Amino acid sequence: MVVFSLLIINKAGGLVYSREFHAGLAKLSSNDLLILAGTFHGVHAITRSLVPDAVRPVQPSTSISASTSTSGVNSTSAPAFPVRPSGLEVLESSHFRLTCFQTLTGTKFLLLTEPAQPNVDVVLKKIYELYADYVMKNPFYTVEMPIRCQKFDTGLDAFVRVRG
Amino acid sequence: MTQPPSKNPQTALPQQSLRTQSPGLRYPTNKKTIYDRNLNRTRTAELSRASFAYLFVEMISYAQRRVTGVADLEKRLNLQGYPLGLRLLDLLLTRTAPQPSTARPVRVLPLLQFITTTLWKHLFGRPADALERSAANAAEYMISDNEPLVNSYISVPREMSQLNCAAYVAGIIEGVCDGAGFATQGVSAHWANEDPAKDAPAQMWPGKTVFLIRFAPEVLEREEILAKATA
Repeated sequence: MVVFSLLIINKAGGLVYSREFHAGLAKLSSNDLLILAGTFHGVHAITRSLVPDAVRPVQPSTSISASTSTSGVNSTSAPAFPVRPSGLEVLESSHFRLTCFQTLTGTKFLLLTEPAQPNVDVVLKKIYELYADYVMKNPFYTVEMPIRCQKFDTGLDAFVRVRG
Repeated sequence: MTQPPSKNPQTALPQQSLRTQSPGLRYPTNKKTIYDRNLNRTRTAELSRASFAYLFVEMISYAQRRVTGVADLEKRLNLQGYPLGLRLLDLLLTRTAPQPSTARPVRVLPLLQFITTTLWKHLFGRPADALERSAANAAEYMISDNEPLVNSYISVPREMSQLNCAAYVAGIIEGVCDGAGFATQGVSAHWANEDPAKDAPAQMWPGKTVFLIRFAPEVLEREEILAKATA
């Protein structure tokens, strides 16, 4: 299993974290990485509005017939949490696969892996857990700012190396 | 089979109403009050580590307001822990000692053992990793913890690398020492590894913390007198 690199984009589209796990990648300058993050943020926003009508969630109706409707999606989606289009999730090429995981607060985790990489969602969930532990519980981190937490770095390295 | 359960509440009811009428403190019949055991009586009596971590984040942010430097911030954290130490000493002594007259440690070593075992187990669920006496100064003792719980999620920024947030625990220790009648000239928390960035992966415990306890001269004087008296 090969994980190439991880990017974290805040909800404003700024790059707050980038880390490479694999030697021999083409070096990107920090400016290029920032442009990449900003571009992806924009593309992601566009893909979120590109939803065919068939998939678009129905407005929650207050009538009782909605709860007895035969369509599984409509009856299970509670009115308080309507299903929203998530936007771009996977981008695949012959050389790499980009998986995007967006948290409820709008932070995006981009993981670049080999195309044949299995269980990417599990890896992303674990990375999200490390982020919640070592970044969000760190009193010296300001939200939405670049992440400089030594324990997050070591935790990520240990996790990816053990999996690899 | 169904009769005893239906009968019990009826017999228990008059007792209960009698107890509520009597003035003063009310004790449960089995004498198990909050002073004897925790309110949380699940098997391990554990609290959520995440909620403590978030609370500690807020405590540090609060202490960080209007501070002038790292030493000032550590002093504020120390002051936050001090009252907790005073109270924990009384609570833990009440719970462990059979007779109150012999409860309080009167010599230095029993006090330090009380801190490293009873207090540490109560706070962190395990004893401290080491207890040493300083070779250079007889008044100084060192308690080391390989991985302090309070620091488990904290990465200190490079410009404040001297800061150790376990100063809060140092404050608790200071409160216990003061409460037991052992005046100190301060308890402080230090990183065991001087430069955390240097050969970091080789170290087994990168977060190892040493709590340095400096007893006041009068404590050592009394210790000598007590040693002569028992010898």
